[in-house]
Amino acid sequence: MSAINWFKYAAPQTFYPLAGRLIPWLYVIATLLALAGIYISFVIAPTDFQQGEAYRIIFVHVPAAWMSMVIYLAMAFWAAIGLVFNTRLSSMMAQALAPTGALFTLLALVTGSLWGRPTWGTWWVWDARLTSELILLFLYIGFIALRASIDSPQRADRATAVLAIVGAVNVPIIYFSVRWWNTLHQGASINMSSAPKMAVTMLTGMLIMALASWVYSIAVTFVRVRCIILERERHAGWVRQLEEVKS
Amino acid sequence: MQWNSWSEFLAMGGYAGYVWGSFGLTLLVIICEVFALRLRRRKAIARVKQLQSWSDQGLEYQE
Repeated sequence: MSAINWFKYAAPQTFYPLAGRLIPWLYVIATLLALAGIYISFVIAPTDFQQGEAYRIIFVHVPAAWMSMVIYLAMAFWAAIGLVFNTRLSSMMAQALAPTGALFTLLALVTGSLWGRPTWGTWWVWDARLTSELILLFLYIGFIALRASIDSPQRADRATAVLAIVGAVNVPIIYFSVRWWNTLHQGASINMSSAPKMAVTMLTGMLIMALASWVYSIAVTFVRVRCIILERERHAGWVRQLEEVKS
Repeated sequence: MQWNSWSEFLAMGGYAGYVWGSFGLTLLVIICEVFALRLRRRKAIARVKQLQSWSDQGLEYQE
């Protein structure tokens, strides 16, 4: 059997150099995708006949909102794996995902507000979609704050894992909120359920921006998980032998 | 191509503040995150180096 031994990559020692080799490429790919996405967003995509140019905000808003949910699920997944199998790297991955997820949630909320003001005539409403997304931000902040308040990293891993898993319930609530409740968000002319009705160029722009956000998120998460490995494994022999430490 | 001039492009049909605000803020957040991570990495490496030099000198250290 020549199957790849995936558990090999579950060790920080093997993952650290692997991630290090991937990061520059991920940054390059994310930048190229973002440039292509911005070009489509501003040059190719036509003006929306209802919303005028304000709709172009969706090219950052929608990918940010998607990432806020995807990253949360990834975080809860790695936290759960860490909790069940007691694998250090999984918990570190969960820890590394949280700040990026929180930033995307913040961006989704702020850009949504900047879109809502000219389109709906209000910065904020307490409808189900907006409120559940705000709760997502609080979950991220709670996850980060809980870890910061516990001295032992292993105990923090377990406590934050429970929070992440319980909080994951909120993600389907956000996603389906526009169907389950009569939200203001649903009344808008553009949302995910009506994506096929969008102009193809608009949809393409949005998807490329979303892809750029994915690759960017993976890149910064790898950078952060490498920092966390250095911080948490600082007494390990292999860390002391790293080129960046010895030079 | 729907823009007749640069000024028309920058005006964004009257929504300049909202559109450029959204894209600008996103860019700012990305720059801050990448920069903050660079600092964090530098700090983490410096700390490991410090611990290493202490143990090279045979010093006991407490954290």
